[in-house]
Amino acid sequence: MGHQDENKEGIGGMINPRRYGIERVAYLLMRLSGLGLLAYFIGHIYETSKILQGEFGWNEVLEITQTTEGHVLLAIVIAMCVFHTVNGIRVMLGEGGVGVGKPARPDYPYIPASQNARHKMGIYSAIVLAAIAMFYGLGVMFGE
Amino acid sequence: MTQVSSIAKQQASTTLSSSKSVTLRIARFNPEHDSERKFMEFTIPFEKWTTVLDIILEVKKHFDHSVAVRYSCRQATCGSCGMIINGKPRLACFTKISELDSDVVTVEPMNNFPIIRDLAVRFERLFDSHHKIKPYLIRDDSEIISNEKEFLQSPKEVEQYIQFANCIKCGLCNSACPTMATDSSFVGPQALAQAYRYVADSRDKGKDSRLKIIDESHGIWRCHFAGSCSQVCPKGVDPAMGIQLLRGYLLGFRS
Amino acid sequence: MRESIIMKIHYGTALAAVALVAVHVLMRLTQSFSESLEYENVIANYQFIPYAGMLEIILILLSIHGFNGLRVILLELKQGKVYEKTVSYGCLAAMVGLIAYGSRTIIMVNMGMV
Repeated sequence: MGHQDENKEGIGGMINPRRYGIERVAYLLMRLSGLGLLAYFIGHIYETSKILQGEFGWNEVLEITQTTEGHVLLAIVIAMCVFHTVNGIRVMLGEGGVGVGKPARPDYPYIPASQNARHKMGIYSAIVLAAIAMFYGLGVMFGE
Repeated sequence: MTQVSSIAKQQASTTLSSSKSVTLRIARFNPEHDSERKFMEFTIPFEKWTTVLDIILEVKKHFDHSVAVRYSCRQATCGSCGMIINGKPRLACFTKISELDSDVVTVEPMNNFPIIRDLAVRFERLFDSHHKIKPYLIRDDSEIISNEKEFLQSPKEVEQYIQFANCIKCGLCNSACPTMATDSSFVGPQALAQAYRYVADSRDKGKDSRLKIIDESHGIWRCHFAGSCSQVCPKGVDPAMGIQLLRGYLLGFRS
Repeated sequence: MRESIIMKIHYGTALAAVALVAVHVLMRLTQSFSESLEYENVIANYQFIPYAGMLEIILILLSIHGFNGLRVILLELKQGKVYEKTVSYGCLAAMVGLIAYGSRTIIMVNMGMV
């Protein structure tokens, strides 16, 4: 529980994807993939700077990255990148009011129009495409 | 007399009575002298139509009258009885035990609202956020002037905002919101949906001033379209839709 | 800067980066993956000015997008005037630092200073 006075759920509430459907899962995955990609990006900029040390420095870097662990990590990065991109486009469109339904007089059982099949399909597509890209990447890296 | 006993007999011969009972776990916490939340358990019989509020009131009636709970209309109109029921924000009067599909019902105070005691929470922050977005028609003239007619609206114009006017300020959306879980300064889905309610109202001329109010670092931009607010709204307000439509104005998708 | 301007930049950098990163990744597939990472091939990529220019643009776009995203997450976790100013300027500094560090690599290799 967060600070008692405000009774905030805290980070546990922010990262709990269990109670509210796939959209909440997508929100959590978006955050995790974003942070993961930022960490990879910083590492990538550092890693590629090693080329300034000449061929020796560059090969030293390749000895770390061109390993099984390096390839698995890169495959995860590919998955995160594809998910973050596809879901990001879905979120951008949604946040602009595209595909969230039209206001109408609500009627029981009050199904929310914004939580519609189009956005759910967008999320599932992002997950599936991320998986496909990951396996394709694994195929390319381990196939040689 | 004969009439009464036959009525009584009729009632006894029906199959309405159920032998089902449920375990109700109520969160007990008094911030004045408790350091942490405790749960008290009660076993209560229930019928097909029994709501969570009904069994809480049964506990108050027969077991422990000190349980603090806010309720009023018992028909999902007043928004008083919002609480966490089996992990999800719901209205106690609008949630039947039978629909929870569980032998144990756990009730806790709504998240992201300071606790007064047990299940009763403070609503000051919700009311302050609601007040901040100017929840009234903004225009230079007024209907309360003699010789003026009321401001007319077509049914189509009413359809644009009536859904968001259904808000009963129950606070379930604020409780479900992942941003509200950590951000004390976020205005919240309730206020943002109400901002859209007025912006979408053809009688209102205050769109620019409201957009200015919500265009800040803890305003509309801290909504990330998780949609949990709409998942829990008991009145079909769909705050997520209102917020994204409102954001469309700021992004230039709508004018 | 108004939050709506910051978020428009956030979305704009995202959309622009998608296209350019796709090109960057596809370059690794023009040869076999391991061949494309050999020293001479990487140097050749950097010394091809349009590609180096594209890398520079990707660096700027993703630094802005990434650190603004981090700023948003950190602002939501904790509030307070001092904390918020620290986070905002810290992320800006990190963004500039990363762009400077990455640009150094691109410019030096492009100019043959390896």
